[in-house]
Amino acid sequence: MTEISAADVAVPVVLRVNGNEYRISAEPRRTLADALRDDCGLTGTHLGCEHGVCGACTVLLDGEPVRSCLLFAVQAQSAEIRTVEGLAAADGTLHPLQEAFWRHHGLQCGFCTPGFLMLSAGVLETRPDIGDEELREALSSNLCRCTGYQTIVEAVQSVRDAGEA
Amino acid sequence: MSWVGRSIRRVEDPTLLCGAGMFVGDIGGAAAVRFIRSPVASGLIGGVHGPAYTIADLDADGVGNIEAVLHRPDYVRLAQPLLARERVRYVGEPVAVVVGATAAEAEDLAEQVELDIEPLPAAVGLEAALAPDAPLVHPAESESNVMVAGEMATPGLVEALEAAHVIVELEIVSGRQAALPLEARGSHAVTERFGGRTTLHASIQAPHMVRTVICDLLGMPEADLRVVAPDVGGAFGQKLPLAREDAVLVWLSRRLGRAVAWIEDRSENLMASWHSREQRYRLRAGFDVGAHLEALQADVAANVGAWPCYPITWGVEPLMALAELPGPYTPEHYGVRSRGIASHTCPMSPYRGVSRPVITLALERLMDIAAARLGVDPVEIRRRNLQSDFPHISPTGLRHDEGTYREAMELAVSHVDLGAFRARQSAARAAGGPQPGIGICTFSERTGYGTPAFAARAMGVTPGFENVEMSMDPSGYVTLRIGASPHGQGLETALSQIVADELGTDPSRVRVVASDTDRTPYGWGSFASRAMVLAGGATHLAAQKLAAQLGSLAAEVLEAAADDIVLADGRATVAGTSVGVDIAELARIAHHHTQRLPAGAVPGLSANAGYDPGGTFSNACHVAEVEVDPDTGGVSMRRFVVVEDAGRLINPMIADGQIRGGVAQGIANALLEEVVYDEDGNILTTSLMDYLPPTVAEIPDIEIMHLETLSDATVTGAKGLGEGGTIGAPAAVLNAVNDALAHLGVELNEMPATPERVRAAVRAAAGGNSAGETNRSTQEAPVQ
Ligand code: FES
Ligand code: FES
Repeated sequence: MTEISAADVAVPVVLRVNGNEYRISAEPRRTLADALRDDCGLTGTHLGCEHGVCGACTVLLDGEPVRSCLLFAVQAQSAEIRTVEGLAAADGTLHPLQEAFWRHHGLQCGFCTPGFLMLSAGVLETRPDIGDEELREALSSNLCRCTGYQTIVEAVQSVRDAGEA
Repeated sequence: MSWVGRSIRRVEDPTLLCGAGMFVGDIGGAAAVRFIRSPVASGLIGGVHGPAYTIADLDADGVGNIEAVLHRPDYVRLAQPLLARERVRYVGEPVAVVVGATAAEAEDLAEQVELDIEPLPAAVGLEAALAPDAPLVHPAESESNVMVAGEMATPGLVEALEAAHVIVELEIVSGRQAALPLEARGSHAVTERFGGRTTLHASIQAPHMVRTVICDLLGMPEADLRVVAPDVGGAFGQKLPLAREDAVLVWLSRRLGRAVAWIEDRSENLMASWHSREQRYRLRAGFDVGAHLEALQADVAANVGAWPCYPITWGVEPLMALAELPGPYTPEHYGVRSRGIASHTCPMSPYRGVSRPVITLALERLMDIAAARLGVDPVEIRRRNLQSDFPHISPTGLRHDEGTYREAMELAVSHVDLGAFRARQSAARAAGGPQPGIGICTFSERTGYGTPAFAARAMGVTPGFENVEMSMDPSGYVTLRIGASPHGQGLETALSQIVADELGTDPSRVRVVASDTDRTPYGWGSFASRAMVLAGGATHLAAQKLAAQLGSLAAEVLEAAADDIVLADGRATVAGTSVGVDIAELARIAHHHTQRLPAGAVPGLSANAGYDPGGTFSNACHVAEVEVDPDTGGVSMRRFVVVEDAGRLINPMIADGQIRGGVAQGIANALLEEVVYDEDGNILTTSLMDYLPPTVAEIPDIEIMHLETLSDATVTGAKGLGEGGTIGAPAAVLNAVNDALAHLGVELNEMPATPERVRAAVRAAAGGNSAGETNRSTQEAPVQ
């Protein structure tokens, strides 16, 4: 039998996600991504690599875009977490970034989309006047295999230009 | 006003934008499955110890073997077990499987499994697998590693080559690549406790085909298996073949009577799903004094890995190269030998474009090299050689319908302003430092082919047709059930536009149902740039039938002649009058007041149609502008122009999205992406730190222009374009890299053109060595 280490013993964890409180029990080795998906039922946060490269798992932690596959759930306990499920208004009105991705055809299969939306939201909220070059630089931290990126960039630029984020 | 031709927003998007999509990994509620994979490239299995299922368990249950068959004499036919039996043949081959209550438990169980494997020598690259004393991948079934071979030559080829004014010889090499959908593969199977029906959700492209083959393997009626492709996070061909893992999942769920799920991780995906495109082409081409390509001879070798893929077989890459190599050109004489060579590496599946990115690379490098040898401009040599009489019948008998090969090129080069570019290039050459280069690529993309084209391949199963079932419900909304299986292309939106035009309704009143064998007619799925042509054609035909039903009902209600009824804007009206009735009201009558139907009419509103065309060719011209630093070997993209002719565009926004995404993959194939093995068959690129898909930093904006030659080969006039971006971009980029360094005498004919390879080519040119040899020995992982 494998030995049981402290990392395997579930502990109570409280996560604040999109303004709601989730009381879960998670092993210290459980990633934030897994906790969000499996314990909070928020499967909009996707996993494309689980090693910190693709950015599909990007969520906002106190407003900062982070890769939730690289964080442990226990590390996120005191933070305000935002995921794609919290972007649209409670009445279903899409967030301006969601509208813009739709209008500009910024998605095809949609697997990378939650990560790009959260990345863009984090970037525009902290740097609403970000220049084109810096924006491309910021968006280069996530991967999309379908779109070729141009329409994603155009979508985010349009929201920036309208000052909507 | 027509809906076809308009860039309406996609109906697929709101769900995905809200994170409410349902991908396989989102289903949950299942025990976790982990496959134990071979750590060595070749070896004999002595035993498997620990809490795992092996091939012995599958055998005990009478589970069959996969047989991917081509009926041709030179094809090695194999029975492939679902888990390795006796031998392992590549690193990552599934040997055993464990089931744990949670992913963590499955991982712990996997660690307890011990594989006792006696390693054997492995044949890894093409050269090693072709060597006279090469270790054999299937020693019991074949005396060499050649698994499929095709050969043909037109009479007079040898004489034509002898008579040529100039002979150009050329070797083109493509590294091994991975389609790399952002969502890796995965599946989820659950068996009902009562009745015993199983439902498989899997990230796949062809659910009906997968149902058939799994039921054949497990000896169960197809009616007892439902296969669903939920949202699929990209596929690009990698999710077309049967995954052995998916069949094992169905077996496990039936055996254990519980829900089981397998979610492939990225390293498994890079190591053990499917690879593509490790190919070598040797061309010998004869040009006449006017720079016309008169004769083309080719020797093609494709590394096809350790096993064929079902149902496409070992033949998919090598035989496509054989059939399509003359491309958009018109050599009178053509001869080719093409072989699929097995090796102790991951099996190969079609990846966007299949062999055509390499075919096109070979032909377009040939044109540029010949142009330089003959002192002709690269544009001019293409002008003289591209197809212009239609239909054009290729030396292998392919019928090219009308296209705009020359027109597309002329438009592209006038758009980029070649003259201004050459002036900038001269200045840069004088100044030294990073060098600009420009590359042209013209190509055809064979699309939308149905049964006749597949039947010509003599496959064990012959894919082809697409069926749809259409009905209008009493509220006047249309439900369209399709056999194709879209996964991000936007097919649902495009089909709703076709329906809306035929029925005079709004696309928002059309619901497309796809990717579920319980709810859709049998079909072959989405691959080979076929869905828009085939499912679109069938949709068009079914909608015409439904429109006729609405027309005769309206004629009855309005007391007019059926021929005078016009369906538009949600109403059926008598032409030239304002007399009319809402289509929604007709839908009510057809279901709820059937006493008002014309005599003999069937109650309800529904129509089925199938479509099975012979195929068509789209065409395009790509122009790439790059900047190459001869000192570092770094290549950056400066500009990319596409002129595409894919016939009628149903939704231009969606078409452009396909082109952009395809070009991005093609650029990355040309510069960055390579699966690398060491000589023992250990794979070195199992993470996204080693295998390098592009980010936005590597991909420029892509300027797109369209020509629209309406094809008489399809009922909608649409030709299909899903693969074109990836087909053309590598050749355009490599031609541009070569152009940038032409003044240094560099010739680089291998992709990806990583910094190491560019540097090696520069050094070889400086030292007067053969660039080809130097390039072959460069095997380090590319750096970004
Ligand atoms: S899943 Fe977290 S970065 Fe890829
Ligand atoms: S839309 Fe498919 S990965 Fe981005």
